[in-house]
Amino acid sequence: MSEMFRDKVEIDLTVNGEAVQARVPAGQHAVDFLRQELGLTGAHASCEHGVCGACTIRVDGETVRGCLTLAAQLDGADIWTVEGLSDTDAIRDLQDAFVARNALQCGFCTPGMLVAVEELLAKGGVPDRAVIREHLSGNYCRCTGYEAIVDAVESVAQKRTGKVTS
Amino acid sequence: MSVQFGNPDRPNSYIGKTVPRPNAARLVEGRGKYVDDIVLPRMVHVAFVRSPFAHAKIQGIETVDAASVKGVLRVFTGADLAEVCTPWVAVLAHLKGLKSPPEHPMAVDRACWVGEPVVAVVATSRAAAEDAAELVDVDYEQLPVVTDMMTALDKDTPVLHPEMGDNLAFQRVNEEGDLDAAFAGAHKIVSAQFSTARHTGVTLEPRSILVDWNPAETQMTAYHATQAPHMMQTVLAKHLDLPESRVRVICGDVGGSYGIKVHVYPDEVATAAIAKIMGRPVKFIADRLESFTTDIHARDHKIDAKIAVDKDGKILGFDVDDWTAIGAYSVYPRTSAIEGNQVINLCGGPYDFADYRAKTTVVFQNKTPTCQYRAVGHPIAVAITEGLVDMAAAELGMDPIEIRRRNMYADDAYPVTSPAKMRFEGLSHHQSMDKLVGLMDYDALRADQAAAREKGIHRGIGIATFIELTNPSPFMYGIGGARISAQDGCTVRMDPDGSIVALSGVTEQGQGTEAMLSQIVAESVGVLPSKVRVITGDTQVTPYGGGTWASRGAGIGGEAALRAGRALRDSILEVAAAMLQADQSNLDIRDGEVVDSESGTARMPLEELGRIVYFRGDTLPEDLPRELVQTRHYITSEYPFAFTNGVQASYVEVDTDTGEVKLLKHWCVEDCGRIINPQLVDEQIRGGIVQGLGGALFEEVHYDEDGQLLNGSMADYLVPMAAEMPDMIIGHVETPTKESALGAKGAGEAGTAGAPAAVMNAINDALRPMGAQVSAMPFTPERILRALGTIEE
Ligand code: FES
Ligand code: FES
Repeated sequence: MSEMFRDKVEIDLTVNGEAVQARVPAGQHAVDFLRQELGLTGAHASCEHGVCGACTIRVDGETVRGCLTLAAQLDGADIWTVEGLSDTDAIRDLQDAFVARNALQCGFCTPGMLVAVEELLAKGGVPDRAVIREHLSGNYCRCTGYEAIVDAVESVAQKRTGKVTS
Repeated sequence: MSVQFGNPDRPNSYIGKTVPRPNAARLVEGRGKYVDDIVLPRMVHVAFVRSPFAHAKIQGIETVDAASVKGVLRVFTGADLAEVCTPWVAVLAHLKGLKSPPEHPMAVDRACWVGEPVVAVVATSRAAAEDAAELVDVDYEQLPVVTDMMTALDKDTPVLHPEMGDNLAFQRVNEEGDLDAAFAGAHKIVSAQFSTARHTGVTLEPRSILVDWNPAETQMTAYHATQAPHMMQTVLAKHLDLPESRVRVICGDVGGSYGIKVHVYPDEVATAAIAKIMGRPVKFIADRLESFTTDIHARDHKIDAKIAVDKDGKILGFDVDDWTAIGAYSVYPRTSAIEGNQVINLCGGPYDFADYRAKTTVVFQNKTPTCQYRAVGHPIAVAITEGLVDMAAAELGMDPIEIRRRNMYADDAYPVTSPAKMRFEGLSHHQSMDKLVGLMDYDALRADQAAAREKGIHRGIGIATFIELTNPSPFMYGIGGARISAQDGCTVRMDPDGSIVALSGVTEQGQGTEAMLSQIVAESVGVLPSKVRVITGDTQVTPYGGGTWASRGAGIGGEAALRAGRALRDSILEVAAAMLQADQSNLDIRDGEVVDSESGTARMPLEELGRIVYFRGDTLPEDLPRELVQTRHYITSEYPFAFTNGVQASYVEVDTDTGEVKLLKHWCVEDCGRIINPQLVDEQIRGGIVQGLGGALFEEVHYDEDGQLLNGSMADYLVPMAAEMPDMIIGHVETPTKESALGAKGAGEAGTAGAPAAVMNAINDALRPMGAQVSAMPFTPERILRALGTIEE
C-alpha cells in the first residue's frame, strides 16, 4: 500500500439515521469501515471484488457495493444498512417473508440480498419471476438455489400492491 | 412408547411439520455472528505469504522489510511453527495402500502447490499484515511439476514426493461376479468417456478462524467456522501438544460449508500455533483468492466406462475405470481417497445386476489438495451410471424410463446387497419413478419436445436415478483410525420455567439443524417448539459428537434428540405422578402441560412442576429422582450407511447455434425416510440441485501446465446465478429406516448427487437427432458446439 493510502481522511456522514464522524484510512473500503469501525457487521465481505453482492448497502438512496466504495467517499452521505432497515421496520414484511419461505440458509448473503431486493420492490408493481431473477443476478447465494428467494420477493410484491392471491 | 408419526392428529405433532427456524429471524436482521464479526481484546491478525509456484524449493526467506512495517508484531516461517506443531499424515487403515507424506502447517523447505502457506505475518490490523506480507522475500528454486493426472504414473514423470516411491496415492478394484463372461455374452456393449471438472465450494463466508490461547488458564479457545467442532478439538490438541480437555472449539454462525469446512487446513492450524506462541487472540479470514487456491477442490475425475445389456435392456454389468488427481497431499484427517472410493462403491447403485468391476486410481500432483465436497463421489458415479444407461437405451431404441424400470431393484426386494457390496435396507426406486413421471407429466413433455423439434427448437429430457449414502457408521472413518465420531449425543433439560434446553453435538450451517432439533425435542417431551432452545457448536458444553457431514444431522443427531427428549418426558412424568398421586402411565405431557392421557384434562403446567422441583424440593418424597435432565447418544449399528434414493429429471433447450443450454425446469423425487420439516428438506434439495447444476454447466477450476491456477476469482470461476436457474418441483416418498425410532435418513446431498447426470442426459436427448453427444462437464457452449461439429477439434 502506498503512502497516499496510509493518509487519513475526515468524514462526516449519517449511518442508519445517526450522525457519524470518523477519520478513516484513505484506502479503507466502506464495508470494512462499517464492520470494523461502527460494528455494523450485517453487511459481509465475501468476494471483495464487486461480484457477489454480500456487501450491498444503500448510499444516498442508491444500492452500492460496500467492497468497491471507499469509506473516504462517504463524506456527507446518507447510509443505510440492514441494521438500520431492521430497526426502522422499513423492510419488515420482506424479512418476514424470507423467514416464512426459508429464503435463507446460512444467511451470509441475506443482508445484501435484502437491500438489493428492496431496490427492486421500491419500483412498485409485481415483477415477473424472470425480472426478479435478473435483478438478483449480482447477488450470489450458494445455499438456497434462489427459488425460495424469488418466491419470497414475489409474495411481498403481491402483498404490497394488494394483489395477494394466497 | 411408539409414536404414530403418520397420524397428524397425535398430540405434540411437530415432527413432519414446517416449523420456522429459530435462528432465521436474527440472520435476516444482520444479527448473525460469524467468526469475522467477533473482536477480542488484544486480537491480532495473520496474513500468509503463499507459494507462487506449483513446486519449489525454499532456499531462503528474508523478512526484515516486512517486520519493519508499522503494526507488524511477528513474522513466522514454516520452520518456526514446526517447533510447536507436529506434522500430520492423512491416511486411513481401511483404505489399504493409501499413502501421503507428513504435512506441516506451513511449508518448511519445499512448497508443493500454488497457494501453500510459506510465511505468516502477524500485525495489529489485517491491512498491515497484508502490506507486510508483500514485502517478504522468499528465494525459491523451481522444481519440475506434476500436473496431468493421466501421465502422473508414467516412468518419465517426476515423482512429487520421492520418499513415497511413486505418484500413486491409492488404488482399489471393487469386483463382483464374472464381468468378462457377462460382457462376452452381451447383446450390446456401450462405452463412453466421462469427465467431471475440478470444483470448489465457494462458500460465501470464506474460511475463518479466531484462536485465543490463555497460558494462565492453559486454555485454547478457537472460534471456528467448522462442521466438526469436536474433531477440530482433537486435531488442535494433538498437534499443538495440549490435553484435549484444554481445547475448546466454538462454532457460531457459519456462512456456508458444503463439505469445505470439515477439513483440517494448514493455515488454520498455523493460526492456532501462532496464538499459542503469542499468547493472544489471532484471527485469520481467507480472502477470495486464498479461498480459490486453498479451500479443498473436488471432483477432478476422468473415467472410461462400459455397460453391457441384453436384448431386452436388462443390465448385465458395468466396467468402470476411474482416475482422479488429489493435489499434493491427502487431506487430514478424512483423506483424499474417499471420493474415488465412493465412485467405485456407488456406480450401478439403483440397479439389479450381477457382474461388476470398478477401479479407482488416485494420484498426486502439484495442485490444491482435493477432498470431500457435498455429495462426495455421487455426482460422478451417477453421471457414469445414468449416462451409460441412457446411451444403452438409445442403442436399443428403448425409452429411458422403461429401461430403468426394467432394471431398478424392486421396491419389495429389500434388504439387498449390491454387486458393489453396498447394503440397502429399504429403497423406493419404482415408487419414486412413478411419482416423478406423474409430477413432470412425462408424456406431455415428450409431446412438447416433439412439437418444438418441428419448429427447429431442440429440447431434451434427462432422467437420473440415484442412491445416496447418509447416516454413516464408524465404517466411514472410525475403523480407519480417525478420531471422527460417528455417534452423536443430545442433552435435554427442563428449567424451572418449564422451558427446555437441548444441547446437541451436530452443528448448524444453515440447513436448519436448530429447527429440526427443536421440533423433535418439542414432540418427544411434549412442549411447543418455541419453548425449546437449541445449543450447538461448543465442545465445552455439548455432548461429544461428529458434527455435520455426510447427511447425518437429522438421522443421527435427530435420533439422539428424540431419545433424550423421551427420557426427559419420563423423568418429568415420574415427578408429576408423585406430586399428583397418579399412575405415571396415565399421564402425558401436551403443549407444556401434564395431562391425563385418556381424557386430555390438564393436571399441572410444567412451570409449576419446575417451581416445586427446583425451589420446594422439600415437599417431594425424599427418594424421588428429580433430575430433569437426560442425555442420550445414538449410533447406527446394523448398516454401515443408511442409503436413500431418488430420481431427478431435467428439461433443457439447447441453442445449436450458440451452444448455450437453457434450463427450463427440474424435478426431483427423493426418499430420505421420515421427513421432519418438509420445507427444510425441500430447500436442501433445491440448494443441492443448484450446486449440481453449477457443476454440470459452469464450474471448473482451470490450471495451466505449470500448475498455475488461472481463475481464482468469483468473476472467473462461474457459479449459478439467479437468472440462469430453473424452478424446481420437489416430491417425496418416505421409507423410514427401521434402525431408529425416528426413521430419518439424510437429505442434504441428494440434489447435488443427481442433478449433473440429469442435465447431461437432457442435453444428449436434445442433441441425439444430430448425432452429437457430450460427456465432459461442464457442458460449456464451446463443448456443445464441438460435439455438434460446429467448431473443429
Ligand atoms: S464482497 Fe462486495 S460484491 Fe462481493
Ligand atoms: S443463504 Fe447461504 S449464501 Fe445465501
